[in-house]
Amino acid sequence: MKNGKIIKVSGPLVVADNMSGSKMYDVVYVSDYKLMGEIIELNGDRASIQVYEDTSGIGVGEPVYLTGAPLSVELGPGLLESIYDGTQRPLDVIRDESGDFITRGIQVHPLPRDKKWDFNPVKKKGDTVVEGDIIGEVKETVIVTHKIMVPPGISGKITDIKSGKYTIEDTVCIIQSGKEKYEIKMYQKWPVRIPRPFKEKMLPDEPLVTGQRVIDTFFPIGKGGTACIPGPFGSGKTVTQHQLAKWADADVVIYVGCGERGNEMTDVLQEFPELKDPKSGQPLMKRTVLIANTSNMPVAAREASVYTGITIAEYFRDMGYSVALMADSTSRWAEAMREISGRLEEMPGEEGYPAYLGARVASFYERAGRIIALGSDNREGALSVIGAVSPPGGDLSDPVVQATLRVVKVFWSLQADLAYRRHFPAISWLNSYSLYFENIEGVLKKEVGEDFINLRAEAMKLLEKEAELEEIVRLVGADTLSLPDQLVLEVARSIREDFLHQNAFHEVDTYASIRKQYFMLKNILFFYEKAKEAISKDVHIKTIRELPIMEKISRMRYITESKIGDLEKLHDEIDKEITRLINK
Amino acid sequence: MLKEYQTVVNVQGPLLLVEGVSGVKFQELVEIELPSGKKNKGQVLEVENDKALVQVFEGTTGIDIPETKIKFLGKGIEIPLSKDMLGRVFDGLGRPIDKGAEIIADKMADINGAPINPYARSYPNEFIQTGLSAIDGLNTLVRGQKLPIFSGSGLPHNRLAAQIARQATVLGKKEAFAVVFGAMGITFEEAQFFVNDLKKTGAIERAVLFLNLANDPAIERIATPRVALTTAEYLAFEKDMHVLVILTDMTNYCEALREISAARKEIPGRRGYPGYLYTDLSTIYERAGRIKDKKGSITMIPILTMPEDDKTHPIPDLTGYITEGQIILSRVLHHQKVSPPIDVLPSLSRLKDKGIGKGKTREDHADLFNQLFAAYARGKEAQELAVILGEAALTDLDKLYFKFAEDFENRYVSQGEYENRSIEETLNIGWELLSMFPRVELKRIRDEYIEKYLPKKEEKK
Ligand SMILES: Nc1ncnc2c1ncn2[C@@H]1O[C@H](COP(=O)(O)OP(=O)(O)OP(=O)(O)O)[C@@H](O)[C@H]1O
Ligand SMILES: [Mg+2]
Repeated sequence: MKNGKIIKVSGPLVVADNMSGSKMYDVVYVSDYKLMGEIIELNGDRASIQVYEDTSGIGVGEPVYLTGAPLSVELGPGLLESIYDGTQRPLDVIRDESGDFITRGIQVHPLPRDKKWDFNPVKKKGDTVVEGDIIGEVKETVIVTHKIMVPPGISGKITDIKSGKYTIEDTVCIIQSGKEKYEIKMYQKWPVRIPRPFKEKMLPDEPLVTGQRVIDTFFPIGKGGTACIPGPFGSGKTVTQHQLAKWADADVVIYVGCGERGNEMTDVLQEFPELKDPKSGQPLMKRTVLIANTSNMPVAAREASVYTGITIAEYFRDMGYSVALMADSTSRWAEAMREISGRLEEMPGEEGYPAYLGARVASFYERAGRIIALGSDNREGALSVIGAVSPPGGDLSDPVVQATLRVVKVFWSLQADLAYRRHFPAISWLNSYSLYFENIEGVLKKEVGEDFINLRAEAMKLLEKEAELEEIVRLVGADTLSLPDQLVLEVARSIREDFLHQNAFHEVDTYASIRKQYFMLKNILFFYEKAKEAISKDVHIKTIRELPIMEKISRMRYITESKIGDLEKLHDEIDKEITRLINK
Repeated sequence: MLKEYQTVVNVQGPLLLVEGVSGVKFQELVEIELPSGKKNKGQVLEVENDKALVQVFEGTTGIDIPETKIKFLGKGIEIPLSKDMLGRVFDGLGRPIDKGAEIIADKMADINGAPINPYARSYPNEFIQTGLSAIDGLNTLVRGQKLPIFSGSGLPHNRLAAQIARQATVLGKKEAFAVVFGAMGITFEEAQFFVNDLKKTGAIERAVLFLNLANDPAIERIATPRVALTTAEYLAFEKDMHVLVILTDMTNYCEALREISAARKEIPGRRGYPGYLYTDLSTIYERAGRIKDKKGSITMIPILTMPEDDKTHPIPDLTGYITEGQIILSRVLHHQKVSPPIDVLPSLSRLKDKGIGKGKTREDHADLFNQLFAAYARGKEAQELAVILGEAALTDLDKLYFKFAEDFENRYVSQGEYENRSIEETLNIGWELLSMFPRVELKRIRDEYIEKYLPKKEEKK
């Protein structure tokens, strides 16, 4: 292929001429270091290139090598348990090649070429298949069976299909369509900036259970839904995202560390092989793919990292899995866009962000969804997307927050003052919202309890009442409150401290099944009912406060999943203790 | 053969535009010979066709258009590294200023370094005892962490940093350690305070100092932290030392960056700082850490003064988004003579969770600090309420919390500049303070720890 010639180098942006014949988003290699880049603007035979590696030492006149192909990812067995950089280079392999620090111009395959996988065909010679049909399976990890699918755009009759151990580059199936003969391998490539096709999109209809009480009970996300979690630094975005990556009941988790800390990725790498998935009992890493383009890694590759992540996520979705993708932080992605746009001297929009910021954010989240995949079996897959947003100073008027709120359906609002008080997760119960409640109500009622929805509504009412009462207390003091109002404060405090507060680092508290959540909330609200009755019968609130059940309620969170029965017993104890007071 | 150019066409602020050049590389080191014969250093910021834009570290004073000579040196900015740097003082670009000998390089290294592969990192989890309760007990520092001090002008951040440098130890270990100190635009007096403190304790023998003082060229500050960290990486990852890097004052660094950005007429971000400030700062802060299979480590304490004490100012804000927590000093506590005036509520060490507990500090540590925080936060709320309504309007329980907050500041946070508390002492003070509450209030602590550690009150008859 022909070469271009560099005429300008400005940070991650390189401009070259003599580039005619190249297309937008084509991958190129810059200089004889062969730094990977992508064309992001074409003007005559001049191309602007964002370079995914450090451009120090590159100068005018050096060559640019065209590839003619867009930025793509490799999709096939070997994805799970990997850690990639923003352009899908495996970081473990890079370390083997270049040592502890990432040097430049390293080209490595995303998927291992020499590893043999056991391919089990599910179709046979003579079968007719269409795009998306599953032709075989590979047990990729103990948890996840990798489905080998006919790539989009191909259909026909199987003239040969293999069974046994093969590498991803071996042909495992031949599909004939007229004169056209397709050799199907266990992997395919897909350009990251183009969403993978599916048949049909549907609304989410069941919750993605995360084990986090404030989320599941109050602001749930549906499977295939979108959520955002904005907040100032240190308010708990990353811990929440890690909690979801650990405990969400998804089949596959893609975690994109986009422009954040190196140690946070190390943390995941060290913990996930140890932690057990509550569903399968197997190490969490077996269902996880990590993309790590930390803040000090090249900024253009950071821009690409979210696309790399979501394309891999779509691929697993297409197999019929429920996939969850976490991106921490989408603000760093937007800032990468801003930096490149500034160097292109594009007309800036708000806060210097490019005018197309909103469109890019929207089309990213639009790749989430519950879908019917291509293929004749009409299997259903879901991709839930959860993005952290890091606005300057925690200010929600930030353009990235605003662009995000316009598209996502769940808003978990992190508050600095809650974090200061170490109320974690510092998700505000007054400002957050979920628009999925109606879609998933049916499932919750059926699987958890008919009254679950009412319990939630009642608890929320108490919390809102508390906020009002606190206003009054601030103005005139606590003495003036009526006894029933004092009880409201007491119970609201219990909801906050004994239910909403959840310590991610406590071995038991870190995860609560939806049933446990239900019984916990039920006990607190039952206590409220009984206490209200007692007060109306002249029992002093102080005596109620001193009951031993109070302490038990505050320790419900430490009851393990196998002893949920104790929570039901506590219900009876509450009944007994307060009834005794009333009868005294 | 290096070509020399005499084709400066434009000088603006700290920037030079040179024309008619060829073969110039992005980020290349440049030597600028002034008409006076003085030689300045610079770096290529951008190349386009036959033009190169150069940033001059020593500033452009004395540079003219006809006579100034420019030489591109064909490499990035490199410094010589050697163990002999210990005990020495250098300027902000790494040139000796202590009248000692030139450093004979064991190796040369580019000051920009390269990103640590996240896969090669090992998670910091070794507890560093600083002897300060507010840090050890509540915002625990671990080896390989980057934990900045957010301060304000006139607050005793230097004393605090010096106390940490003096007292920091990893329990039960005797290992090679070093202090690398990078000063950006601080006053001679402030720098001297550190030098004297290091001398007094003899630590100067294991320290490397890079000083760019207030009257030194401002643009040189852009290189100073990088020079310091390149040295630290060498000592930590090639010479197996545990290195504590103190960088002060990052605010001056950011201002130098802003100056360059303004001279380049870039679209400014918030408050005139460039939009890439986050990324730029991360290439400094992320150089802290530990690496698998390496003995050494880099622990970083950057210090910055918050303009107008405003934590949402871009410098502290973006720093907080990169570092692993922050120690915040409060002017109010300083006035109340709480010393060190650490405001523990907004302060945070994110790596504490894996650095504490059984075998590291003590089993009850996590529960204890959760409880202390919660109690102090509630006490602070009670104090605020009391300001509006008077103390009498508080409930009995809130009065107790009010009292707790006071005691906590005076007995736990406050301590002497030379008082080095062991972690046991710190934890025990915490328990003593909590013993003023009825047991049901201690919701965040496991029963078994309450039984074991809560000082028993005398039985009431
Ligand atoms: N659910 C939780 N349980 C216990 N501690 C928590 C929880 N959430 C957050 N924290 C505490 O808050 C700290 C900061 O959280 P986190 O790192 O998630 O913040 P962040 O919002 O991602 O900040 P940044 O924007 O700087 O990355 C954690 O280190 C931890 O100490
Ligand atoms: Mg984070």
